[in-house]
Amino acid sequence: MRGLTGLLRRGTLAAVAGGVAAILAGGVALAQLAPPPGPTVEAIKKRGMLNCGIDTGVPGFAAQDATGRWKGIDVDYCRALATAVLGDAEKIKYTPTTAAARFTVLQSGEIDVLIRDSTLTFTRSTALGLDQVAVNFYAGQGFLVRKSIGVSKAAELQGATICTVTGATLELNIADFARSTGAKIGTLLFDKAEEAIAAMEAGRCDGYTDDSGSLAGMRSTLKAPGDWMVLPELISKEPLGIHIRSGDARWQKIVFWLDTALKSAEEFGVTKANADQMKTSKDPFILRLLGVEGDFGKMLGLDNEWALRAIKTSGNYGEMYDTHFGPKALDLPRGLNNLYNKGGLHYTLPLR
Amino acid sequence: MTAKRKAWAWQGAAVLAVATLAWWFSRNLSANLAARGMEIDFGFLASRAGFDIPFRLVDWDGSYPYGWALYVSGVNTLFASALIIVLASLLGLLLALMRLSANPLAAGTSRTIVEVVRNTPQLVQIVFFYIAVLQVLPQMRQSIIWFGTIFLNVRGLYVPAPSGTLYNWILGTTCAVVVLAAIFWRRLGWQQVPRLVVLPPVLVAGAVAACLTAAWDIPSLKGFNFTGGTRVPPELLALVLGIGIYTSVFIAENIRAAIEGIHRGQAEAARSLGLSSNHSMFLVILPQALRILIPPLTSQYLNIIKSTTLGAAIAYPEVLQIFARTVLNQSGRAVEVMTLVLGVFLVVNLLTSAAMNAWNRHLTLQGR
Repeated sequence: MRGLTGLLRRGTLAAVAGGVAAILAGGVALAQLAPPPGPTVEAIKKRGMLNCGIDTGVPGFAAQDATGRWKGIDVDYCRALATAVLGDAEKIKYTPTTAAARFTVLQSGEIDVLIRDSTLTFTRSTALGLDQVAVNFYAGQGFLVRKSIGVSKAAELQGATICTVTGATLELNIADFARSTGAKIGTLLFDKAEEAIAAMEAGRCDGYTDDSGSLAGMRSTLKAPGDWMVLPELISKEPLGIHIRSGDARWQKIVFWLDTALKSAEEFGVTKANADQMKTSKDPFILRLLGVEGDFGKMLGLDNEWALRAIKTSGNYGEMYDTHFGPKALDLPRGLNNLYNKGGLHYTLPLR
Repeated sequence: MTAKRKAWAWQGAAVLAVATLAWWFSRNLSANLAARGMEIDFGFLASRAGFDIPFRLVDWDGSYPYGWALYVSGVNTLFASALIIVLASLLGLLLALMRLSANPLAAGTSRTIVEVVRNTPQLVQIVFFYIAVLQVLPQMRQSIIWFGTIFLNVRGLYVPAPSGTLYNWILGTTCAVVVLAAIFWRRLGWQQVPRLVVLPPVLVAGAVAACLTAAWDIPSLKGFNFTGGTRVPPELLALVLGIGIYTSVFIAENIRAAIEGIHRGQAEAARSLGLSSNHSMFLVILPQALRILIPPLTSQYLNIIKSTTLGAAIAYPEVLQIFARTVLNQSGRAVEVMTLVLGVFLVVNLLTSAAMNAWNRHLTLQGR
């Protein structure tokens, strides 16, 4: 018995010594090559699932199709992120969040990332304990109104009632707009966009207001789209983007550079279809993007093919936009959402 | 150890457990807030709100602070609660009397209504009423017009609004007199005359007199909307109907149980004294049934007050929608806002409960 204990003890000692050596060696190697990806990624890998917060149903950003599958540019971002981190675009738990509940859901840790056509603002950046990582859609607040009321611009909405969702920047913008122009515009607030649209179609309101992207999406759900028109001007800036909880700088970098990778892919002509062939390209930017050269993936705490997988899953930014907002979908011109060299605002930081 | 000491030990252990749990929660909360660089601070209540509240009974515009929004939405909640309590009580009494009547048609109708209403979800009923109300009402330019001054359309019911100093004085004095008289009826030595026969006509007479002296603000269609007058929005209507009807069937069952809890001998005695069935019900049975009824009725009233938060689903600006949705999101003060909202409902419900209990005690003393 004693002999066995002794053996065990000696064995344990050897194992501990070996383990310590391995951890030290591994730690040194990791410190040189791949710093740990941070607590958020560790938690995601442990549960094997990315918890992604999305909208409850706005075509273009996130809406379920007839088979119950989530579709939209925000959903594509979730899928790209899941493939980059976990290597599988299906390992996502989508959490549809209302405008009112979204930030609380993120703060409480129920989701890892909020990609839900949410405007990045000063208050949300400073008072909520959240980080605003990237803008994935430049929008502005617009109005959808009944043609028969004969209004051609927002300033003529004096006395009108507008339906919208509660807990967003929308109601504040209307109040600011009314204050600066002296117009009186009434608002009626609902939890979900579809409830607001239903009330508007029943005649309770003269129109509906939302950011220009969501407006195009909700317009596509109308029973009689011909009876409604989108007013030409936008009354606010709505840079819609990605929020995460503060406190995990590593996760912030992964999400930020994923957005950059998807936009850079468009810039360099890397698409869903040609991503694998592009690995033989001569452009060093493309080679770094696709992980052929450099250790960019490892520096994020992932592997070097993180961006390649993401692009093969969701396509580059332009492809995603085309799928959900292009002429065959919601037909919203790219405008500000084009790359900087095509007249838009998407200007990515260099992968170097 | 004596039984008393044992009981104290258990009480002490329970208090300790609750205190530990509370301490653990608050420590978690402060640690998590600190980790996000946040802290508990009610200073935001004084900041400018900047949003519109579409239906209100007190002054409001965007320049008022968040704290005032709590007051405005709180008044909306209380207003809706009061209307629903009146509707649910009257409808509940009607359904209960129908159910107990000898007429099989009335009893069957009541039974069907009760079973259908209490076995479907409340929120679904409210949304149903809202959509139904919106579908049934005409568009603005096709308004239903009564007497050229009252307009009904999809935006709501527009009625002329009375105003004026004399109007306010007459109405206020009448209300005060009626309330005081109702309270001190016995002490004034008028118990020979039933309160319910005298006071309502006095109230109506006062209201009519006040209205005759008032200046009237008549609604008229200008641009997209009616201006002037007072508007009852369809959201309020749908909420009152939705919760009122839903709760009325539970109250009906409570009343039925209370009436059936009165000994049959009471009804027989009343009949043998030559009282009509109406007199027997309203003078003998119901006053006694009230004692059994009040405790469950209190629960229903408290439920009504809490259920008004479902108004958030149909754009009725009550406390939950305005404060726990809009203000929470604009300010980002989740913990503070939710604490205030819970506090408001706790205070309102405790006051309601206290009033109902006082009424209960009053009746008990009177009878025994």
